[in-house]
Amino acid sequence: MTGFKVNGRQIDFDGDDDTPLLWVLRDELGLTGTKYGCGIGQCGACTVHIDGKAVRSCMTPVRAAGKSDITTIEGLSSDGSHPVQQAWLELDVAQCGYCQAGQIMATVDLLNKFPEPTDRQIDQNLTNRCRCGTYVRIRKAIHRAAEINRGGDLT
Amino acid sequence: MNLTRRKFVVAGLTGTGALLVGAPLSIFGADQPTEKLGSTGKTLNDANQASDQLGYFVTINRDNTVTIGTNQPEIGQGNMTTLPMLVAEELEVDFATVSVEQLPLGIVRTKEGMRWKYGGQGVGGSTGLTGNWTFMREVGARARMMLQQAAANQWETDISKTRCELGFVVHSDGRRLAYSQLIHAASRLPVVEEAPQLKDVKDFRIAGKIQPAVNGMDIVTGKTRFGLDTRQPNMKYAVIARSPFHDGELLKLDDSLTRKIPGVVDVIRIERPDPDGPYLNLAAGVAVVADSTWIAMKGREALKLEWSKGTYADESTASFDRQCESLLKTKGQVVRSDGDFSKTFESADRVFQRTYKTPFLSHAPLEPQNCYAEVRSDRCHVIAPTQMPSGVSRAVAAVTGLDRLDIEVEMTRVGGGFGRRLTADYAAEAAMISKASEHPIQLVWSREDDIKHDFYRPSGVHQMKAGVDAEGTPIAWAHRLASAGKYYRRANVPPEGQWEADLYQDDFPANMIADFELEYFTVKSSVPRGSWRAPAHNANAFAVQSFIDEIAHETNQDPLELRLRMLGESREIDYANHGGPKFNPGRLARLAKFVAEKIDHRKPRPAGSGVGLACHFTFGGYAAHAVEVSVGSTGDLRIDRIVGAIDCGYAVNPSAVEAQMQGGTIDGLSTALNLEITVESGQIEQGNFNDYPLLQIAGVPVRFETHVLEWDENPVGVGEMGLPSIAPALTNAIFNATGKRIRELPIKDQLKA
Repeated sequence: MTGFKVNGRQIDFDGDDDTPLLWVLRDELGLTGTKYGCGIGQCGACTVHIDGKAVRSCMTPVRAAGKSDITTIEGLSSDGSHPVQQAWLELDVAQCGYCQAGQIMATVDLLNKFPEPTDRQIDQNLTNRCRCGTYVRIRKAIHRAAEINRGGDLT
Repeated sequence: MNLTRRKFVVAGLTGTGALLVGAPLSIFGADQPTEKLGSTGKTLNDANQASDQLGYFVTINRDNTVTIGTNQPEIGQGNMTTLPMLVAEELEVDFATVSVEQLPLGIVRTKEGMRWKYGGQGVGGSTGLTGNWTFMREVGARARMMLQQAAANQWETDISKTRCELGFVVHSDGRRLAYSQLIHAASRLPVVEEAPQLKDVKDFRIAGKIQPAVNGMDIVTGKTRFGLDTRQPNMKYAVIARSPFHDGELLKLDDSLTRKIPGVVDVIRIERPDPDGPYLNLAAGVAVVADSTWIAMKGREALKLEWSKGTYADESTASFDRQCESLLKTKGQVVRSDGDFSKTFESADRVFQRTYKTPFLSHAPLEPQNCYAEVRSDRCHVIAPTQMPSGVSRAVAAVTGLDRLDIEVEMTRVGGGFGRRLTADYAAEAAMISKASEHPIQLVWSREDDIKHDFYRPSGVHQMKAGVDAEGTPIAWAHRLASAGKYYRRANVPPEGQWEADLYQDDFPANMIADFELEYFTVKSSVPRGSWRAPAHNANAFAVQSFIDEIAHETNQDPLELRLRMLGESREIDYANHGGPKFNPGRLARLAKFVAEKIDHRKPRPAGSGVGLACHFTFGGYAAHAVEVSVGSTGDLRIDRIVGAIDCGYAVNPSAVEAQMQGGTIDGLSTALNLEITVESGQIEQGNFNDYPLLQIAGVPVRFETHVLEWDENPVGVGEMGLPSIAPALTNAIFNATGKRIRELPIKDQLKA
């Protein structure tokens, strides 16, 4: 039995504790906002936060999540009010949209580390992959989210 | 098959108290099931009174908001926003009050055969917009006219005394009625038969303006359901271990360990497709059905399998290259011959011959293939991320033997298309598994499955030959292509027609050089092939635009000037391939000039820095790129700046047009830099993003500009045109910076050599 919190809710999981957190979120808890993309930590579509830090849930066995607080895209804000979500909407970032939950979760972590990231810091720290090539707007949205975070007006 | 449709209606009635209204008359004519309408005598009004429905696309809710159905799949190209914009434009509503619903596959059987219920459905070849440009506006216009008529009736006045404005019908004396107050009356009116008068493009309030994607909020909050997010009652999960050899068969199967894993439900053999015929599924396999995706994957790992190697076990990328080389020494199939190429080539002032190579490519959409299927003895329910829902329906019919009308196909938002989901192999597999296991199942492809089993972009070797006159202008031109073409194993394509998917006979510089020849060689390969974003253009533009650059350099000409001279003035010339019937070389010249000037291409640059440009016409649209690079002394490539320009005629949603140009550019950049599928011992060598490394944000320059240059009032689809010209623009820039000519893609570490 593994116990942890997901988006503030206590979860007890009695399955195989080797199971990657990703599949527990998706198949057991129905939190399908977290995506499967590669299964080897290469694409970042499965990014969630464990105790506030971005991890790739496809590579995180559920036992490693024991006693921690997990936040998924559904828990970031359900109304899209988080500054990163706001910036993503403002810049109309998504194309197919499949990787964007992971991009957003990774960006939240990036902005925690670098509240006003340089382009170089973005390049070095955001390694999520997007097949549609939304990177131009992602970069703009990251800078915009930083601006909102420091009190910039919402449009 | 109406289950989904009913759900849609019921949701409208119970959730928001709405009625459905409006649709083009054509949808109610010959397209209606004959058993319901009988002969064509009945009017739409009769049909609607019987069903209390009035059309498929427009719902006016009680709070006067609007729900618009969209008939096309959304694969990231943005038409889930763009098409409803067209409906809303003519309906005269505030686009902020519009929500959008994905319509399922709609097919009906008539006396004349199967017909579309909601208009043709399917996205490929950048036709989602052009195919629905008039259709969707008429949907909105007819609905608006019915609301207007209902108001006129209530006011006992003539419709000419009314107009519509932001969800209201307004009387000339100032009275107003909300659409929601009129919907009941409107839904009982006959649809006007004649084609509605459509608005002038100049009067558009919604189209032509930036509109953010309608489902943006759902995406950023994780609520959007892609195919893989389908969750249905009693659903099991399935994965398949497929033969690593293209036509391999299962020799031995030991599933004893798999069946011992708690949560494993079933193990099922999947037969290979006919090795010479069209693909139903891609490969022989063994499916594991389980209570969760992870258990299914663990169960697959525990299988002990032995495969036959099939007839292509010796195939490799090296053997492919050797085949191309020897084929190009022979005479191929001449598929176009203007004038006398050989004679002019031999008598030209100077002649050039260069060879370019393009690899197989995987589609690698971020959402891997998947499909939900529930097969019962008398019906089937399928939920699929697909570009071609009718293909899904046909594939499932082939597997189950069910009538097409007993197969319900729902479409989800699609996590990337790029041509991969034009085929329905994964739906066929899902149906096979559900049928055999008697469970509703979700088939999940792992990333490895997705990269190792695909309909790959054809690989080819392009031998280009040109003779130029004293001014350096090409007067003889030949493109000789040895390729494993896209039409491999395609039904109803004869051997002599294979070339048609790989060489477009009217592509530039055809029709502009009198002595011109296209020659094709079919390479034997077992690698499955299919459509990959901008088919043929994605390879041919590299060959043509690189070759022009080489000629310009060898003849001491400015690469822009040579292109402009070859393209000439604005004029329409015949173009018989997809994207025609006309091609205006002047529009391409305008873009080439624009990007060259933006990047200041004549400005002297320091050693190791350079610029390159390229342009291409793709499926009716025009694009050009200019790239600035620096290459360090150890061969480190830095892309300093990219300028892209696109001319899609009229930009219906400028935000989506810009996004597709950015995305096409980055996709092309990613592919040119690092991506290739190679074969060794008959097997695909790559398997995940570690060896098929889609570009990350660090690979995209901060200085990245996209310019949308409109031309007229006729939009064309923009999903593909942004891709073909970036690769040659990049390699032309590398040559300009270093003197090193890249003639083989991907670039990878060629600069380090």
